Amino acid sequence: MMQVIVDGLVAASFVSLGVVGVSLIYNILNFPSFAQGDYLTIGGYMSLIVVLLLGTAGSIMGLQFGWPLILAAFCAILLTGLIAELLDRTIFGTLRRGGSSRITLIMASFGVALMLRNLIVIFFGPDPTYYVFAIQPALHLWGGARITQNEIVVLAVTVVLVMGLHLFLTRTKLGKSMRAVSENPSLARVNGIDVDNVIRWTWFIGSFLAAIAGTLFGLANGLQPYFGFELLLPMFAALIVGGVTNIYGAILGAVLIGIAESLTVKFLAAEYRQAVSFIAVILVLMVRPQGLLGEKE
Amino acid sequence: MSQPDLQVQDLVGGYVPDVPILRGVSVEVYPGEIVTVLGPNGAGKSTMIKAIAGLVGVTSGKVLLHGQDITGRKTHTLIREGLAYVPQVGNVFVRLSVAENLELGGFAARTNPAERLKQILALFPDLQRLKHLAAGKLSGGQRQMVAVGRALMAAPKVLMLDEPSAGLSPKLTEVLFGKLLEIRATGISILIVEQNAKAALAISDRGYVLAEGQGRFAGPAQELLHSPEVGALYLGAGSRLAS
Repeated sequence: MMQVIVDGLVAASFVSLGVVGVSLIYNILNFPSFAQGDYLTIGGYMSLIVVLLLGTAGSIMGLQFGWPLILAAFCAILLTGLIAELLDRTIFGTLRRGGSSRITLIMASFGVALMLRNLIVIFFGPDPTYYVFAIQPALHLWGGARITQNEIVVLAVTVVLVMGLHLFLTRTKLGKSMRAVSENPSLARVNGIDVDNVIRWTWFIGSFLAAIAGTLFGLANGLQPYFGFELLLPMFAALIVGGVTNIYGAILGAVLIGIAESLTVKFLAAEYRQAVSFIAVILVLMVRPQGLLGEKE
Repeated sequence: MSQPDLQVQDLVGGYVPDVPILRGVSVEVYPGEIVTVLGPNGAGKSTMIKAIAGLVGVTSGKVLLHGQDITGRKTHTLIREGLAYVPQVGNVFVRLSVAENLELGGFAARTNPAERLKQILALFPDLQRLKHLAAGKLSGGQRQMVAVGRALMAAPKVLMLDEPSAGLSPKLTEVLFGKLLEIRATGISILIVEQNAKAALAISDRGYVLAEGQGRFAGPAQELLHSPEVGALYLGAGSRLAS
């Protein structure tokens, strides 16, 4: 049972870092971006480029990676952020200023997702690849559960980032401005908040978290061009289960979906994993359509 | 007379370029004045205030703030020029706490926000104990206090209010309008757009009456209160707002 929780939390880490981006963008730009999953893929592969250039992921403090991968993650943040900014300027921003409907923006995000995914296939091929090829030894926890070193890193980084995000949103001027814009853009303008600037930062924070989530995923599971896309379903399930308007709800949703998935793998079969997301969404929509922590609109 | 704080000259504009709602409106607010713009529903009062705030397109005419042309400027830059605006609806961030609402108002302030917050809490002492509550949980009157307090946080020179009495009881309206007199006494000029003509004119120096996007009457508040033409526009022929 302990193993189910460990596996569920690790899966929830990638989903929660991804879904925060979706939630921020949804609340500020008013459309669900289906490209967010592929931003994770981009982030993972950007780190791979740096690791390949440096020739090694290194090793510090007995971990299976070192400064090269940490440096790679920072480069991935900048590059993914740059790509997100570029895509907003050329595609989403143009549509937004032209007064496009929400459905047009959703379709555009599908297009962006397809484009990014296939660019990855063109440049890196469809086969799985790794930052580190060594076998990851597992540590034994009480209750008979096992966890790899890299999975511990995944959990630790995720917890730090979620806490950091909370402090950012509640303590900083930019974070508070983002909450203000997400609730009432025209009143935010009246208050002297530059909404265009807030939108740029929203994309950056979304892609920042995506780049780290993608790199963590690559570290724990290896990379292949479809992993981000495959995380999209649990991400949206988490968003609906937790409540679209509430970032903390989305993170809670991610944890619930992660644990539900690992329960399914343990007691049913891995093939049913995706079905769990759908069942969770259906249940929540029937009982509490605004999500567990969401507010009625 | 001295230079007006806020001057609207022959403003034409609306939500879509080809359908002007404002068809040549002129309004002036001199330093230390409270000016009310009245008019029946659909007269363009709210549109006028939104056009001043840069939220509605202007096709011709000018808005001058302290003699400086601010026509068509981006909304978020105006608060730094000293122009604050309290919208009629959605004028507080309901998911943010009262303290955060006020703090956001002070983001654009050039003065010390902590000092300013003290002054605002002195003006609206009720807000002190509501500080940690989400603004969405407040009553209509309390919300209006938060909205006005938020607008004042940036230490504006001109305060614009869109229907501040909407949804308030006569008693609360009286309290709020009393606060506006206190705010004016600190050297802030005030422009009010109101349906509640009687209450607003009672605290105003001058008033304008709009109808169909154009200025119909203008004059000292007392004069408008007793004018048969203004009374007719509101209450029908033969009526006056006050006798």
